[in-house]
Amino acid sequence: MNKLSNFIEYATGILPQLFMGLSLTLRMTILSLFLALIIGVFSCMLTISKIKVLNVFSGIYLSLIRGTPLMVQAVFIYFAIPTVLKITIATFDAAVIVLCLNAGAYLSEIFRSGIMAVNKGQMEAARSLGLPYGVAMRKIVLPQAFRIVIPSIVNQFIITLKDTAILSTIGCGELMRQGNLIVSRNFRGFETYAIIGAMYYVVIVILTKVGQIIERRLANDKG
Amino acid sequence: MIKVKVQGLQKSFGDLEVLKGIDLEVKEGEVVCLIGPSGSGKSTFLRCLNRLEEISGGTVIVDDNDLTAKGSNINKIRENIGMVFQQFNLFPHLNALENIMLAPVDRKKMTKAKAREKAQTLLSTVGLEEKALEYPANLSGGQQQRVAIARALAMEPDIMLFDEPTSALDPEMVGEVLEVMKKLAADGMTMVVVTHEMGFAREVADRVIFMDGGYIVEEGTPEEVFGNPQNKRTQDFLNKVL
Repeated sequence: MNKLSNFIEYATGILPQLFMGLSLTLRMTILSLFLALIIGVFSCMLTISKIKVLNVFSGIYLSLIRGTPLMVQAVFIYFAIPTVLKITIATFDAAVIVLCLNAGAYLSEIFRSGIMAVNKGQMEAARSLGLPYGVAMRKIVLPQAFRIVIPSIVNQFIITLKDTAILSTIGCGELMRQGNLIVSRNFRGFETYAIIGAMYYVVIVILTKVGQIIERRLANDKG
Repeated sequence: MIKVKVQGLQKSFGDLEVLKGIDLEVKEGEVVCLIGPSGSGKSTFLRCLNRLEEISGGTVIVDDNDLTAKGSNINKIRENIGMVFQQFNLFPHLNALENIMLAPVDRKKMTKAKAREKAQTLLSTVGLEEKALEYPANLSGGQQQRVAIARALAMEPDIMLFDEPTSALDPEMVGEVLEVMKKLAADGMTMVVVTHEMGFAREVADRVIFMDGGYIVEEGTPEEVFGNPQNKRTQDFLNKVL
């Protein structure tokens, strides 16, 4: 009993700092995912374009992101590029740039797979009615592709949320970083990291549930 | 009046030449049925008539519009050519009514209310007025195909193309789709139909065209082609399917 009350007392003590970190984690995640969705759609358009040069651009982007670890990308953008260009960049900005470029690449491939998964006949039927390519894409193919990829998008959201922890490396004060700071002060690693793990877990479970609700609602729509 | 005029039409997929020079004219109100073994190029030919397949050589003129001419507005031309597919290709995220309304609202700038009214009328023409709010997944194959016909008709096309419209249907549903097509033919619609339904071709077609190996091998009235086929390949084919 003593141990438990001890733990609760400790937890209440560090929670304000952890919640500060969590709030930064969430802001980083939400902002970078928002940007990643835009980048992903854009990159996907380049990839499926019939113009070869555009394919090359997105091809290079995708292979660079997929071919290097997130941590390397992070230090490159936070340390390497600013040194060469003689600029400084805020950790939060660097973190968001890395995360959105990273998630954008994966979302781009997720979108592409969704579009490919829509039956070719859908595009043909739309075009045969006289709809131009862009309209057929927007009104017929994309809504169906979107339904198909929702689980993958939710999955990517979760991955990005967890990837924020890696960015503690560049000194961004998100949840993991706050934990590291606390532990370096008091060496109470077990309790601290357990609380942090639980916080990530709860957020991710909520996110998963929201994803399932959206998925179910869209499935119902379909009749 | 000539509705479709095809001259020397060629189509290749890479090295494979599927259509080797097709000439055909279809008059207004005429119903032309294309028959032939699989791989003969009938479906490819049909898909060249609205340029769903890019045309490799020759000319296709539909309603005085040259499909192969540079600068021709293919989207505008397609509005006037309805197409019905073997796999129906209804839009699964839209209900029957919305499937039919989509193109008139988007292309002809029809108001939603007016398009809805028109869609309802079309649905009753194909005998499905009570299915207006159903999604394709809840319709049988025959019902889906009838909605697909209504969807194509919503753009008020002058010409209708049918690409094996009953081949994916369970046998008991073939009749209801053919009934709708017969009604359409009786109303004077210009139709080009790729079909394996020899009974339909015999009864409804004004002209039957037998294709094989990328050529038109034989054409004539149903009586001529079915009753007294001249070409050996036509005879062989008809012997197998009749």
